[in-house]
Amino acid sequence: MTGIPSQILNLLAALLLLLTFAMLGQRRILSLINLFMLHGIVVVASALLIGYETSNHHLYFSAGLTLAVKVMLIPWILHKLVFRLKVKREVETLINVSVTMLIGIVLVIVAFNIALPVAALSSSVASGTLGIALACVLLSFMMILVRSNAIPQVIGYLTMENGLFFAATAATDGMPLLVELGVALAVIGGTLVVGLFMFQIREHFDDLDIHNLETRKED
Amino acid sequence: MANLILIDYILIAIAGWIAIGVFGLVKIRQTDFVAQVIFPLGGVLGIFLGTLGLIGVFAPVQTELLPLGLPGLPFHVRLDTLSSYFLFVLGIVSTGVSFFSAGYFNKEEDTPAGLICLEYHLCLACMAMLLIADDAYVFMMAWELMSLTATFLVIANHRDAEVRYAGFLYFLIAHVGALALVLCFGILGANTGDYTFAGIRLQQLNMFWASIVFFLSLIGFGAKAGILPLHIWLPEAHPAAPSPISALMSAFVLKTGIYGILRMTFDLLHTQDWKWGGITLALGLATALFGVVLSTVQTDMKRLLAYSSIENIGLILAGIGLTILFSSYGMAGLAALSLTAALFHVASHAAFKSLLFLGTGSVLHSTGERNLGRLGGLMRFMPWTAWPALVGALAAGGLPPFGGFVSEWLLLQSFLFTPGLPNSFLNMLIPIVTAVIVLVGALAAYVMVKFFGIIFLGQPRERKLNEAHDAGIWERMGFSWLVVACICFGLLPVHMARMLDRVTHLLVGDGIGAAVTAGGWLLLVPDTSGRASYMPVVFVMVLLACCVLAYVIVHRVYHGRSRRSGPWACGFPFWTARMQDTAEGFGQPIRHVFGMFFRMTRKLPSEFDKKPYYEIKVEDPFWSLLYRPIAATAGFVSSVAGLLQHGRIAVYLLYSFLTLMFLLLVINQ
Amino acid sequence: MNHYFEFFSQALEIIVALVAAPLLTGWVNQCRAWLQNKSAPSMLQPHRMLHKLFHKEVVMAEHASSLFRMEPYIIFGCMILACGIIPTLSTRLPLSPAADAIALVGLFALGRVFLALAAMDIGTAFGSMGSRREMFIGFLAEPALLMVLFSASLITNSTSLTNIADNLTHRPLAIYPSLAFAGIAFTMVLLAENARVPVDNPATHLELTMIHEALLLEHSGRYLALMEWAASLKLFAYLCIGFAIFSPWGIAEAGHPLALILSIPVLAVKLAVGGAMLAAIETASAKLRIFRVPEFLSMAFLMAVLGMLVHFLLGA
Repeated sequence: MTGIPSQILNLLAALLLLLTFAMLGQRRILSLINLFMLHGIVVVASALLIGYETSNHHLYFSAGLTLAVKVMLIPWILHKLVFRLKVKREVETLINVSVTMLIGIVLVIVAFNIALPVAALSSSVASGTLGIALACVLLSFMMILVRSNAIPQVIGYLTMENGLFFAATAATDGMPLLVELGVALAVIGGTLVVGLFMFQIREHFDDLDIHNLETRKED
Repeated sequence: MANLILIDYILIAIAGWIAIGVFGLVKIRQTDFVAQVIFPLGGVLGIFLGTLGLIGVFAPVQTELLPLGLPGLPFHVRLDTLSSYFLFVLGIVSTGVSFFSAGYFNKEEDTPAGLICLEYHLCLACMAMLLIADDAYVFMMAWELMSLTATFLVIANHRDAEVRYAGFLYFLIAHVGALALVLCFGILGANTGDYTFAGIRLQQLNMFWASIVFFLSLIGFGAKAGILPLHIWLPEAHPAAPSPISALMSAFVLKTGIYGILRMTFDLLHTQDWKWGGITLALGLATALFGVVLSTVQTDMKRLLAYSSIENIGLILAGIGLTILFSSYGMAGLAALSLTAALFHVASHAAFKSLLFLGTGSVLHSTGERNLGRLGGLMRFMPWTAWPALVGALAAGGLPPFGGFVSEWLLLQSFLFTPGLPNSFLNMLIPIVTAVIVLVGALAAYVMVKFFGIIFLGQPRERKLNEAHDAGIWERMGFSWLVVACICFGLLPVHMARMLDRVTHLLVGDGIGAAVTAGGWLLLVPDTSGRASYMPVVFVMVLLACCVLAYVIVHRVYHGRSRRSGPWACGFPFWTARMQDTAEGFGQPIRHVFGMFFRMTRKLPSEFDKKPYYEIKVEDPFWSLLYRPIAATAGFVSSVAGLLQHGRIAVYLLYSFLTLMFLLLVINQ
Repeated sequence: MNHYFEFFSQALEIIVALVAAPLLTGWVNQCRAWLQNKSAPSMLQPHRMLHKLFHKEVVMAEHASSLFRMEPYIIFGCMILACGIIPTLSTRLPLSPAADAIALVGLFALGRVFLALAAMDIGTAFGSMGSRREMFIGFLAEPALLMVLFSASLITNSTSLTNIADNLTHRPLAIYPSLAFAGIAFTMVLLAENARVPVDNPATHLELTMIHEALLLEHSGRYLALMEWAASLKLFAYLCIGFAIFSPWGIAEAGHPLALILSIPVLAVKLAVGGAMLAAIETASAKLRIFRVPEFLSMAFLMAVLGMLVHFLLGA
C-alpha cells in the first residue's frame, strides 16, 4: 500500500464500482438519478485528487466541467423530464435482477483480466483502477441493454461516459482540454436530442416503454 | 499355499463372495436361510475385505498373474494404495448393506431371494475385481459383469413396468459408457498392442491423443458415475431398485466411475493439461448445482436421495478437477490437498448415503409408501430408523461434526490456496467457483431438512402410518455399523488424512501427511496451524458439555416441570395433518428462485371449476434438451435405413451381387 | 501460568457473552424506541423476561418427540460455543484451534437445521412454514457470510478468526476497498440471519409475515427462554465477528491481564455503537416482501464476491 492518495483513489474506484452495481439493480427511476449524481461526484473527486497529486491544472477544469454538466445540469433536466412526462416510477427489467448481477460479475472479471497487463505498464498513481473503469463502462453498457424504459438507458449512456472519463484520468492523467470540451458539448447535445425524442415518443404512445417502438417496424 | 501375500487374501475374499452367491443360487427358494445365514456371511467377508484394504494402504505395491481367463490372456492383478483405499470403502459399505439385507430380503420380492443373493454377491465380487485389475481385459470384463448384475438387481421387482424401464435405461447408458471405455483402452493399447496397465504406463502419448483418451474416459466413467449429462438413468434406476441395492449403487457403484477417472488421469496418463482440469471443474460444479436444485423439488423420497447422489458426485468431480489444475501447473502439494478432500468425500458420502437409503428401505417396508406426501410423524413409531436417519441427514447436509463437513472444509481450504495459480483468469474465477460450492452445501442442508422433517417429524399424513412397525434386529445392526462409520469419519479425520496421504503420494507425488501428523491425532491441519485448523473431537466435547451444563444448571436453579397438552397452532380451533407443508410446498421457494433449471408444467385451478385441483409436474430438462432429440434422430435414421429393406428376396440377392462386384473392382486396382 | 490465563480469558468471554447478549437486545430496543420518539422499557427487561420464563412450566404438544425436548439445549450450546470461538475479548483462546471461520459458519448452520427440525416436529402449518422460510434465508445468507470471511482470509492468509483479528490489528492503518465491500455484505447478512427489518420484523405478531418467530410458536417456559437467549447470543456473536474483522483494535492479545480488563469497556463501547447503528438501519428501512429477500441476499452475496475480485485486482 503506497501512500494515502493511492489508497483514497482505490477507495474511490471501489465506490464507483459499487455505485454502478447499485444502479444496475435499482428499480426506481428517481433513486437511479440520485445514484447517477453520486457517481458524478465520485468521478469529480477522483479527478480533483489526481489533479492535485500530479499538479496537472487542466484536470481541475475538467473536473469543474463535469461537476457543472453531469452533477447539476443533467440530473436537473432528467428530473424535469420525469415530472413533465409523468413517467412510471418503477421499471421492470428484461431479465431478472439476480441474473443481471451474475452477468455483471462475469463482466467485471473479464474487465479486470484485460486491464491487468495494461496496468502493469502504466506509471500513473492510479494504475490499478483502470480495470474498475473498464468494468464500469461494460456494466453501464449492460444497463442500456437490459432496461426497457428510455430514461435508464440514457443514464446508462451517461454513466458509460463517466467511466471513460475516469479511465482517462486514471491511466493517462486526463484527456486534452479541447477533447474534454468537445465531449461535454456532445453529451449536452445528445441529452437534449434524447429529451426531444422522449417528448415525441410520449406524444405518440403515452408511454416511454421502448417496446412500443418495435410496433413501428415494417412488416 | 505358504507365502500368501496380501493380494492373495483379497482374491480369496472375492472367491468367497462368488462362492456364497452360488450357494444362494442352490438354495434359491429358501428365503429365510438365504437372508439370515448367507447375507451375514457376505457381510463378514466385507469386514475382512475392508481390513485388508486398510492394511493395503500402508503396504507396498503387489502384483500377481492369475492363470484364469483365455489361454494366452492371463489376468493381471495389482494392489496399490488407490485400490486399497477403495477396497476399504467397499468393505465398509458392503458390510452395512449386507447386514441390513439380512433383515430386508426376508420378505418376498418378485425375484427369489437366492437369485438376488447370487446377483448381489457377484456384483460385489466384480467391483472388488475391477479395483485390483491391472490390465484392460480384466478391467472391462469386471466392468461389464458389474453393469449386468447391477441391472438385474435393479429389476428385482420386474412385475412393475416402471422398474423394467428403469433397468433398461440403466443398461443402455452403462453400455454407451462402456463403448467409450473400449475406445479409450483401444487408443491406449494401440501403439504397442500391450493392453496391460504396466505397459500403458510406460507409453508417452502426445497431448492431442492424451486429451482424446481423457475425454473418452470422462464420458465412459462419467456414464457410470452419473455426471451431467449422462446422469439421466440415476433418478430412475435408484428408486426402482430395492433399497439395499440402491444403497449399494449410490454408495459404491458410482464410486467405481470415480476410481476409473482417477486411475486413468493420474496413473495411466502421466501429465495433465490445465484445460482438462478446467472442464472437469466446470462439469463437476454444474452437476452438483443441478443435482441439488432438482432434489429440492422431488416428492419421492428415493428420487430425492438419487439427485442428492448426483450432487455429491459433482462435488467429488469438482475436487478432482481442481487437482488436475494444480498438478498441471506442477503444484503437487496443493493438488494433494484437493485430492484428499475429494477422496475423503468418497468415503463419507458412501457412509451417509447408504445409511439414508437403508432408512428409506425400512420406511418403505413398514408403510409401503415412497411418496413424501403420504408419510410423516414416523419418529414416534420407528425410533430405531429415525435416529440413524437423523445422523445420515446431518452428515449429508455437510454439518459439523460429521464426515461430510470435513471433506467440504478441506475442499474450501484448497480453493483458498488458489491465488497462487499462475493464470490470473483462473485466479479470478475462483471466487465464483467457491461461491457455487458453498451454495451447493447450503442447499444440501435444505434438502436434508426437507427429507428428514417430512418423513419422520410432524403428524402422520395417512391413517395407516399409525401401524408402522420398526426395523428388525438385522436392520438395526446395519444401521449401527453405518452410523459408527459416519461418526468415525467425522471425528477421526487425521487418521483418514494419514491414510489418504499414501494415496495422494501415488497419484500426484505429494501429500498433506507431514502437516497433518505434526498436529497430533486431534488436530486437523492441512498446511500450517497458523493458517487453518479443525479439531472435531474438541468441538463435539465442548458442544456436548455446554448442552449438558445448560440442562443441569437450568434444572438445578429453576425446575424441570413440564405438562402436555394440545399444540398451540396459533389458537386455531382445529387443525389436521394435511395442514402441514407438503413436499412440493417445502421445495417451492427453491423452485421459484431456480425456475430455469427444470421444465415445469402447471395446471392452476380456475374460478369455474366444479372440482378445482392444482397439478404441477417438474421434469428433468435433459430429456427434452438432449435425449428426446437424440432418440428422434435415431428413429429417423433407422426409418431411412429401413428403406433398404424391401422384404423381397430378389432385392437382397441384388445387394449381395453388387457388393461382390464392388469388391472385385476394388481388388483389381 | 499462561495456560491458566488462557482458560480464564476463555471462560470470561463466555460469561460476558451470556450476560451482555440480553443487554444488547435491550439496548437495540431502546435505540429503536428513541428514534421513533417512544419511551422504551429498561435495558434489563430481556433479563427479567428470561428469569420469568425460566420460572414457568413448559407446556408441550402431546406428540412432541424427544428431538423437540433436546433441541433448545443443542441450539443454546451451539451459540455458546460460537461465542467462545469468536475473539471478543482476547485472541489467545484455547478453543480457537478447534474451529476456524468455516467451522463457525457450519456451527450456525447446525443450529439453524435443528431449529427448523424442531419447528417441523409438532406438525402445525405455521411451524413448517417457518422452517421452510428459515432454511430459505439460511441457504442464501450462509454463502454470503462465507464469502465475507473468505475476503478477510485472503488478506490475512488464514481462516482462523483469532489470526485474522491479530493480523488486521498489526497492519499499518490502511483502507482496504475489498473489506469495504465485505463490510456492506456482512451488514446485509447480519440483518437477514438475525431476523431484523428489512428481512423480518422481530416485533411482528402476524404469523404470515413471521420467519424466525414462527419457529418459536410451540415453545414455552424454559425452552422459550433458552431459544430467546440463543437468539440474542447469535446477534452478539454476529456483531463480534464484525468487530473482529472490521475494527479489531482493543482486543487483548498474548495474555496481558491489564489488556484483558481494558478490553471489556472497549467491547461495551463497540457494542453500543453497533447496536445504535443497527437500530438506525432498522428504523430507516421497510420490511421486504418475502420474494424480494433473495434479491437482497444475492446483492449481499455479489458484494462479497466483488470484494474478493477487487482484492485480486488492487492487491488490497
